Order: sequence, then structure tokens, then C-alpha cells
Amino acid sequence: MSLANFSVGLSTYLLVGAMLFCIGLYGVFAKRNIIAVLMSIELMLNAVNINFVAFNRFIWNEKIDIHYVLTGHVAALFVIVVAAAEVAVGLALIITIYRNRQSTNVDELTWLKW
Amino acid sequence: MSTIVFFIFAILSIAAAWSVVTSKNIVHSALYLALSFSGVAVLYILMNADFLAAVQLLIYTAAVSLMVVFAVMLTLRGDICESNTENRSWLAGALVSGSVFVIIALVILTNPDWRVLAEPWTSGGSAEDLSLLLLSRFMIPFEAAAVLLTVALVGAVILAKGVNESK
Repeated sequence: MSLANFSVGLSTYLLVGAMLFCIGLYGVFAKRNIIAVLMSIELMLNAVNINFVAFNRFIWNEKIDIHYVLTGHVAALFVIVVAAAEVAVGLALIITIYRNRQSTNVDELTWLKW
Repeated sequence: MSTIVFFIFAILSIAAAWSVVTSKNIVHSALYLALSFSGVAVLYILMNADFLAAVQLLIYTAAVSLMVVFAVMLTLRGDICESNTENRSWLAGALVSGSVFVIIALVILTNPDWRVLAEPWTSGGSAEDLSLLLLSRFMIPFEAAAVLLTVALVGAVILAKGVNESK
């Protein structure tokens, strides 16, 4: 099967989304800088958006309900809104933490440790 | 044709995301993040989601990346080439996220319902179609999202600026 007549299906998009999600998950676990952790969370939210739009594009049936055709797009839009709000509040928190502790290292944020 | 475009931009966005989490310099990470978001916008266009692609470029590539770069500039100290290193438990994180990917890929590849190809798309995806849905069926969540954005904006300003305690 050559690449030209290989058509891209739903599972290919889902695999791309899963790959981006797991790269973001690795970033959340492994990075030391708190801004890098926030960037990895953005990557994960973006991967979820790919899944929403892909399901909306491929598994859609006109016979079910014509008024709900673009529901996946609406869900992706709300995820984008929440991500924008999250990054604004998160960066404000990071700046406040930096002002108090002069550090953005996650390993040093141990105020709650007994 | 669209297959080739898909693979170019899917590989581009995945490689850029990989560079985000492996780069040692956090400014490079932020710029690779913008590149990854742009690649995903092209994938949206391939899935006939025109308005979402525009929103992706405006909000993620422009606004979110810009705010991350600003936060990096405001909080950076020390050597910039070592500003984004891994912590001690990165190997455990790699194992966990790798096994999560294997499980998700097994689920995707073994589900016969998801092995479908694209049918011709006739129902839009532009701002007009989406606004009709947002202002009729999803009006309450839409207004709630507006309130959420306002609250987040005010909260971010208060958090970053600090409350005036002299009064």
C-alpha cells in the first residue's frame, strides 16, 4: 500500500492525539520548572481537542439529530476557553510564588510537607 | 494529497511537542510549543473545522505562547541553558506515560467501530454554523464560559498585582 492511496481514518487522528497527550503527561511528571509543567498541561488539553474534533468529523450521523452536528466543535471551544482561563490564573500564581520564594522549581515548593 | 499534508503536520506537531518536553532551554520550549499548536491548527483544517483552526491560531499560538514567554521573562534567574531540566523521577514518569500510550493505542487499534474513513462533509464548521449552535442549544454553558473568563481575568490581575493592604 503506497502512501498516496492510504486514506487517513479516525484511528490515525486518535493516535496523534494519544501521542501528544502522553508527551504532555511525561512533561508533567518529569520537568522541574513549573512553567514547563504548565506548558505540558496545555499540550494535553490540545490533544483532547484533537479527539473531540476527530470524533465529530468521523462518527457523525445525520439521522441521529441534525441540530447536534457540531457538538464536538462546541466542546472543543469550551476546552479552549477553560485552557485560556487556566493559563492566565496559573501564570499569575507562578509570578506570585516567584515573588515570595525566588524560585520556580517544583521540587522546592514544599510548604505543605510535614 | 490531504494524506501527505496530514502526515507532514502530524509529525511536525508531535516532534515539536517532543522538543517542548526535552529542550533544556525553556525559551526554546515555549517557541516549540507555538510550533506544535500551529501544526494542530492545520489538522483542524483537514477535519473541516475552519473556525476552530482560526481560534487555535489566535488563542493558543498567539495568546498562550506569548503569556508563557512573558512569564519566563518575569521569573527567570540563573543560567538559561539549564533552566528546564528533568527532576529525579523522570524515568518513572517516562515509564508511566509510555505505558499509558501503549494502552490507549491498543484500545484505539482494536476497536472496529473506530476504523472508519472520512465521508464527504456537508454540515459546515464555520463561525456561522457554530454560532447558531452556541446561541441556541448551548446558551447557558456559553454564558457560563463568559463569566468564567471574566472571573479568571480579574483573579489573575489580583493574584499577580497583590491586594493593597494599606487601607
